[in-house]
Amino acid sequence: MIIDTVVFAVAAVVILVGALGVVFSRNPVHSALMLVMTLFGVAVLFVAQEAHFLAAVQVIVYAGAIVVLLLFVIMLLGVDVAENLSTDPLAGQRPATGVVAAAGVGLLAVLAVRAVQVSTGAQSVTLPLDAGRPNIAVLAEVLFTDYLFAFEVTSVLLVIAVVGAVVMARRPRSEEADGADGEEQGVERHTDTESELA
Amino acid sequence: MVVDETWYLVLSAMLFTIGTAGLLLRRNPLVMFMCVELMLNAVNLTFVTFSNVLNDVAGQVVVFFVLVVAAAEVVVGLGIIVAILRRRPNATADDVSMLRG
Repeated sequence: MIIDTVVFAVAAVVILVGALGVVFSRNPVHSALMLVMTLFGVAVLFVAQEAHFLAAVQVIVYAGAIVVLLLFVIMLLGVDVAENLSTDPLAGQRPATGVVAAAGVGLLAVLAVRAVQVSTGAQSVTLPLDAGRPNIAVLAEVLFTDYLFAFEVTSVLLVIAVVGAVVMARRPRSEEADGADGEEQGVERHTDTESELA
Repeated sequence: MVVDETWYLVLSAMLFTIGTAGLLLRRNPLVMFMCVELMLNAVNLTFVTFSNVLNDVAGQVVVFFVLVVAAAEVVVGLGIIVAILRRRPNATADDVSMLRG
């Protein structure tokens, strides 16, 4: 099918350009916008593989929530300054990255080709996707029967994450009472620690 | 030309490797987070591909849980980053050594 090939080619180009943009953009805001591009490309490939519900969730949760959260942090903290990439504080890290990247591409490509040969291609009998029902109905039934325990544990995880985020984002009470001085004290304390270390 | 699962798997491998290289290359903690998201997406693409090939819904269920855990991970990670950057603006990943006692 020519349409499948065209959709895959366009989505693949979008994904790879976006991924390279995330890595090579100097400004974190540009990186975040490139990440959105990659996420949309992956969502297109989800649709191409009949995973319609996951494509919608990908756009809503990733592009809608996670990237917006990242952008909020970038904007609120004002860290949208270009990173100085001219120095290499950890000697040899860049060459090591090149070696890891080259080895990774080679190894993973070999694995990907081999995996298809190893896979028996045996079709599922217990959890078939094409039971004549929509994708979301099949997914929901499995999620609320076979995977119910994992689903409930997930809710506990989300509560823990919310509590943890609130605890970490809150200022300590002593600094809060001092008001604006709290920030300065924090900086001072930090400088002291640094001089002690030195 | 027929698009078969090998194409998807090779694309996923390239995406994962770009994410790994970015994680090693960049020092801004926020950009490092985005690179972790790239790696997670590469794995999700692999799961959906095998789910489609083997006609099995379990792969899509795993992707669903990966999405939830990724959301929780970003929330906690950004909390830590905000706590560090508030104390020391323009901190990079190298500066996390200040957590040392």
